[in-house]
Amino acid sequence: MIELTQIRKAFNQGQPNEFWALNGIDLAIEAKKVTAFRGPSGSGKTTLLTIVGCLARPTSGRVKLAGDDISGLPERFLTDIRRSTFGFVFQQFNLIKGLSALDNVMLPAFPTGRPHRELRERSESLLDRLKLAHRREARVEWLSGGEQQRVAIARALVNDPKVLIADEPTANLDTALSREFMGILESLNAEGRTVILSSHDPLVVESAAVDCVVSMRDGQLTRD
Amino acid sequence: MNAWIEKQRHLIDFTLASLARRRTKNFGLLLVYTLLVFVLASVALYTHALRQEAAQVLKQSPEIILQRMVAGRHDLIPPGYIEKIGRIRGVQAIEGRLWGYYYDPVVKANYTFMAPAAEAVRPGTLTVGPAVARSRGLAPGNTISFRAYSGKLFSFTVAGVLPHSSELVSADLVLMSEADFRAFFAYPAGHHTDIALSVANPLEVRNVAAKLAAVLPDSRPILREEVLRTYASVFDWREGIVLALLSAAIFAFAILAWEKASGLSAEEKREIGILKAIGWETGDIIKMKLWEGGLISFTAFLVGFIAAYVQVFRFGAPLFEPVLKGWSVLYPRFELVPAIDSLQVATLFFFTVFPYMAAVLVPIWRAAITDPDAAMRS
Amino acid sequence: MRLRPSSIAFVGIGLAAAGFAATFLDAALLRERGAPHLEARGTLAARLGLTDLALFTEARYTRHPSQADLHSAFQDHPVALEHFPTGSLLPPPAPLIAHYERLDRKTAAPD
Repeated sequence: MIELTQIRKAFNQGQPNEFWALNGIDLAIEAKKVTAFRGPSGSGKTTLLTIVGCLARPTSGRVKLAGDDISGLPERFLTDIRRSTFGFVFQQFNLIKGLSALDNVMLPAFPTGRPHRELRERSESLLDRLKLAHRREARVEWLSGGEQQRVAIARALVNDPKVLIADEPTANLDTALSREFMGILESLNAEGRTVILSSHDPLVVESAAVDCVVSMRDGQLTRD
Repeated sequence: MNAWIEKQRHLIDFTLASLARRRTKNFGLLLVYTLLVFVLASVALYTHALRQEAAQVLKQSPEIILQRMVAGRHDLIPPGYIEKIGRIRGVQAIEGRLWGYYYDPVVKANYTFMAPAAEAVRPGTLTVGPAVARSRGLAPGNTISFRAYSGKLFSFTVAGVLPHSSELVSADLVLMSEADFRAFFAYPAGHHTDIALSVANPLEVRNVAAKLAAVLPDSRPILREEVLRTYASVFDWREGIVLALLSAAIFAFAILAWEKASGLSAEEKREIGILKAIGWETGDIIKMKLWEGGLISFTAFLVGFIAAYVQVFRFGAPLFEPVLKGWSVLYPRFELVPAIDSLQVATLFFFTVFPYMAAVLVPIWRAAITDPDAAMRS
Repeated sequence: MRLRPSSIAFVGIGLAAAGFAATFLDAALLRERGAPHLEARGTLAARLGLTDLALFTEARYTRHPSQADLHSAFQDHPVALEHFPTGSLLPPPAPLIAHYERLDRKTAAPD
């Protein structure tokens, strides 16, 4: 589904503090599977996720999505692809403070111009499914960490993406909540969604839900 | 098309929900903004209406007033002066006017005494302006005495009061017969205050004035167009004074609004990063910001203008009256006939709405260079 | 179902726009109502040969800004008008009046 060829990514290129976060990655990610990137912090997991999810462009190398080369597309098309294909759950959840859970869930669909009623019903059913129906009018900063993450998941799903990307999803959760998260992940995978996540939490990478583990160190893959 | 409308509505929903988060601060900004539009619109509406009023009323005043100067000072028209003018082509009527000022120590106000040529006032009676009648409590049939500058006391019967609706031009008038006027002021016989000429063809007025200046080198013609221009400038000047006084407030607000609209806090920057990460384009964020600026400034413009209109034309402009009209003891009471200059309103609209929208747009270029992956790297 | 913020905004802006339009209607109405009075003022000005508005009656030389007088400024230069003949915005302080009243005028109050 997603093929990466010779991906290199530099930050602060040409400056004294130039830093190569990714250094020649060749990888194929299979559709409808759960893939986990594992590695110590600074190994390039998150950078790789941003390139896979079209949030950033590689400095060199090619990204193919379902056979099409998308690494050279202008921002507008990339945004389109990102919106329709990928849903993101960020490590810090990145919810918009001050807005209600429901408003946050609806946000990614705003630029699509989907009818309000339909969008609202979809968002409510997502929150319902994640057992947050009772909290939907609450401001997100009043929610617990687990609830915030479930709002973030609902937000990632509102545009019905084929791929869900989660960056260190269990970093801010205790064991029970992490297990619950893996359960949600499994059910999403069972629906036929591709899941890509980064983690160094054994509870995640050694879970039965994960089909494929990719190990990384210093911006390169380490096969084990 | 529907999707487009729905999308704009979504963007408005979001921008309003965002604004509602800092409700007091944003509402305060809207309030100050509205107040500023209100003040500017009040001044503009009021002075424009006054200018219009002056132009409308005074366009019927005499075409030319001829004054005589002695040693560069205004002086009386001596006997025989009018005859010297003789016949000038285009002049329909020439008449010597008799008028002067009288200070009434009882109410500490100045009256304009006048012996109208066109109107026969019976000797021993007066027709008074509405403000005079009000300040001295006069009604037709009453008797009133004035002590002349000579020290002699004169008594008159009030024959009538000029209508209230004409107060703007007649508030302080006291009309009397020519004989009474001359006796009261000890005005030399045969002399006049100045000369009014009526000219039928407006194109002839300048020629007539030039001829008058040639025939009577010691005279000074005052044309009606100069009178009209004087009034336009008087109100322009007063408007300018108010605006000058307000300019500090305007600049203060401009800085405040600029700061508020164009400043991009770390929090907002983070939010824009998140929006871009979850699938908003730079264009969507620009549109959202434009809606924010447009809604705030348009609301401020509409509400401010309506409040200004009501204040000026329905409540008589209590806030700006003293500055724009001035002060005096005998103040005419009048209802200003509304006159709205669409160009002025359009200018006000342009200068209140567009700068704010521009200010809102300034931070967008910074938003545009915020990478969507910033959300991931936080 | 709660109201969408955009709906509230549309209603608000709609009302304000209607109010804005109403000011123009109201102005037309007041103009129509005031037209006869305006006409009457014009006629009076024509009949008595009035040249000035009675707005600035606080001093003799400000009463007729368009007419040259002993005290008016700039009376000779063809375009240099006295733009601000009357500078007063507020009445003079009341406590001073009694003090200066004796010097007020040669004319005493009539009996």
